[in-house]
Amino acid sequence: MRPVLVLVERDGANGAAAAPAYRLLTIARRLGTPVAVLRHRADARELDELGRYGAARVCVAEAAATAETAGGQQGASAVAVAVEALAELAWQMSAAAVLIPSGREGKEVAARVAVRLGSGIVTGAIDVLPGPDGPVTVQEVCSGAYRVESVVRGAAPVITVECGTASEPAEQAASCTSAAPAAERPAAQGPPVVEHMFVNLSAADRSIRLVSRTRKPGRRPVTGAQVVVAGGRGVGSAAGFQLIEQVADALGGAVGGTHAAADLGWCPHDALIGQTGAVVHPKLYIACGISGSVHHRAGMQHAATIVAIDKDPDAPIFRIADVGVVGDLHDVLPELLTEIERRREPCCSNTAMPTEAAPAAVIPAPAAAPEAATPALE
Amino acid sequence: MKLVVLVKHVPDEVADRISGVGVFADDMTVDRAALTCRLGEPDEYAVEQAMRIARQRLDVQISVVTMGPAGAVRALGRALALGADEGVHVLDDGLHGSDAQATSLVLAAAVRRLGFDLVICGTASSDSGMSVVPAMVAERLGVPAACDADAVWTGEDEVVIRRDEGATVAEIAVPMPAVVSVTDRVGEPRYPAFRSIVEARYKTIRTWSLADLRIRPSEVGLRASATEVRTVTSCACERPGLLVQGEARGAAVRLASYLTEHQLI
Ligand SMILES: Cc1cc2nc3c(=O)[nH]c(=O)nc-3n(C[C@H](O)[C@H](O)[C@H](O)COP(=O)(O)OP(=O)(O)OC[C@H]3O[C@@H](n4cnc5c(N)ncnc54)[C@H](O)[C@@H]3O)c2cc1C
Ligand SMILES: Nc1ncnc2c1ncn2[C@@H]1O[C@H](COP(=O)(O)O)[C@@H](O)[C@H]1O
Repeated sequence: MRPVLVLVERDGANGAAAAPAYRLLTIARRLGTPVAVLRHRADARELDELGRYGAARVCVAEAAATAETAGGQQGASAVAVAVEALAELAWQMSAAAVLIPSGREGKEVAARVAVRLGSGIVTGAIDVLPGPDGPVTVQEVCSGAYRVESVVRGAAPVITVECGTASEPAEQAASCTSAAPAAERPAAQGPPVVEHMFVNLSAADRSIRLVSRTRKPGRRPVTGAQVVVAGGRGVGSAAGFQLIEQVADALGGAVGGTHAAADLGWCPHDALIGQTGAVVHPKLYIACGISGSVHHRAGMQHAATIVAIDKDPDAPIFRIADVGVVGDLHDVLPELLTEIERRREPCCSNTAMPTEAAPAAVIPAPAAAPEAATPALE
Repeated sequence: MKLVVLVKHVPDEVADRISGVGVFADDMTVDRAALTCRLGEPDEYAVEQAMRIARQRLDVQISVVTMGPAGAVRALGRALALGADEGVHVLDDGLHGSDAQATSLVLAAAVRRLGFDLVICGTASSDSGMSVVPAMVAERLGVPAACDADAVWTGEDEVVIRRDEGATVAEIAVPMPAVVSVTDRVGEPRYPAFRSIVEARYKTIRTWSLADLRIRPSEVGLRASATEVRTVTSCACERPGLLVQGEARGAAVRLASYLTEHQLI
């Protein structure tokens, strides 16, 4: 089986391989022998984990030390290191495919590797399947209205894969591959073989200078959040967004918004979700006062569970919602907050997920249907 | 300073949703002839960014380049009305069905022929939205790329961009010549004055063929494309959801129950 390269990005929070890597390795196993390409040194635990998901080899790439790169590869050259390493390895190993997580950086890496290798490129695949004459990618186009399957021919096709968060949405799992450890792997095989490689950066790459990098203040980012509570024009005011924040805090989630809300200055621009903003794959998405335009849906329709609260029963958001509440969000959300609090009270021993603002405890559903408990109220 | 802005003529989604025209032609390419097209919105921001640079210094010459079928010349017209100085339309029957590789090959050749200090692109075209053409063009030209800029400053021989990287914001400096791609946060395009719309009619638009760019037809178009669409299915991505109506308290309780049941709270 030919090697399949997987670019492993690092998780900003814990410094180890970020979750998409495991989904990509799972997909790579179907196409060939996975080779993980890292830009950081992994510890034994992480290597073990990469091995468990099928990485037969791990290549750790670093920029060859020169005066200019003294700033380290977390600087401006992270893209360049990935490009050099992937292009070199794909050529050396005559790789069957190169899989890259489909973020901002991933797309830039993919674009440049594809030019280097002269190979076909597909971005934003939601899945990749093996085919007789090259990998078959599955994409959604026109904001999810069409599902397109294409064959990518030629040597080492470069494919960026849409990943979302650690846990794949359950609904999506039916049609897409979710991260799963290799079952048939014999325990005796041990951790993957680790190789180090030093790449030489081109003059153009060395000329890129990182002037500054500052951590954004404030709230939890929407990308990667398990719960996103989002508001649109229906929220009505910047003050109204405090209600959205309260619900997000109560659920330990992030605050999102539509283009309309961001434009009106009700929520920060980073919170923008959709075609021109972030694409999110949370377990739970609560849309409040959002009509559900195609542009917005492009960023959130893959949430595992979608809840919508809107005054207008004909709002398009209801067509993609698992639960829709027709009503004024200013009435429904405060009631929802009370209800969340009430359901938490009886059980206090929960230690999971401590958060700053509110105890975002995850209470497992009681075995008895909670539906039965509700009429007791009022 | 020579600025080259790459603009794409894309289907106008809103217009076509109403008229209900099919999106795909028989050869599974986007059926541009059947669709109403316009200058892509992200690319209007790229033209605007070029204009902002031109307002700060005197030596700026702005060329806009598009690759596309005959109708794509209208995207150039729009860019000229927004203030660009001249247009180049790469037009050739051989280009039909080109993928990102071929597109970047053609655009890089056109840019090289024009000469440039800075190439400005939109972050993603509003139809295919791959966000790869700018970096591919940079790679082919052998110059640095600074993609997804929320703000751009040009110095004597350097361009600095600000980019949102999720949890962090970075400022990155690259020496010119270079390629940048800009988001819709760089500043709203100004609505063109009537006078500039009229003036735009007198600006030059050159038409270049593959031969002009010394590109062999076998390198581009449908046949050179590494990807072949096998199937297009329209998906019913609607969910058979539960709709709760009635007074707020009751609705909130039912919602909370649903969330508890599904272990979401
Ligand atoms: C090229 C392009 C890209 C775009 N990209 C994006 C993008 O990435 N993300 C994005 O979000 N948008 C994007 N847009 C804009 C998008 O088309 C919509 O205009 C926008 O999403 C609408 O936001 P909204 O749902 O908040 O507002 P509206 O469409 O005005 O909807 C407001 C909703 O709130 C409801 N409502 C009002 N009051 C209440 C109340 N008290 N209680 C409950 N409900 C109430 C209304 O019934 C309505 O359904 C883009 C547009 C273009 C042209
Ligand atoms: N056919 C084209 N003609 C001119 N510019 C293009 C073309 N295709 C892409 N571009 C440029 O590349 C950017 C990104 O395109 P894409 O990679 O398709 O998302 C666009 O915003 C344009 O600036």
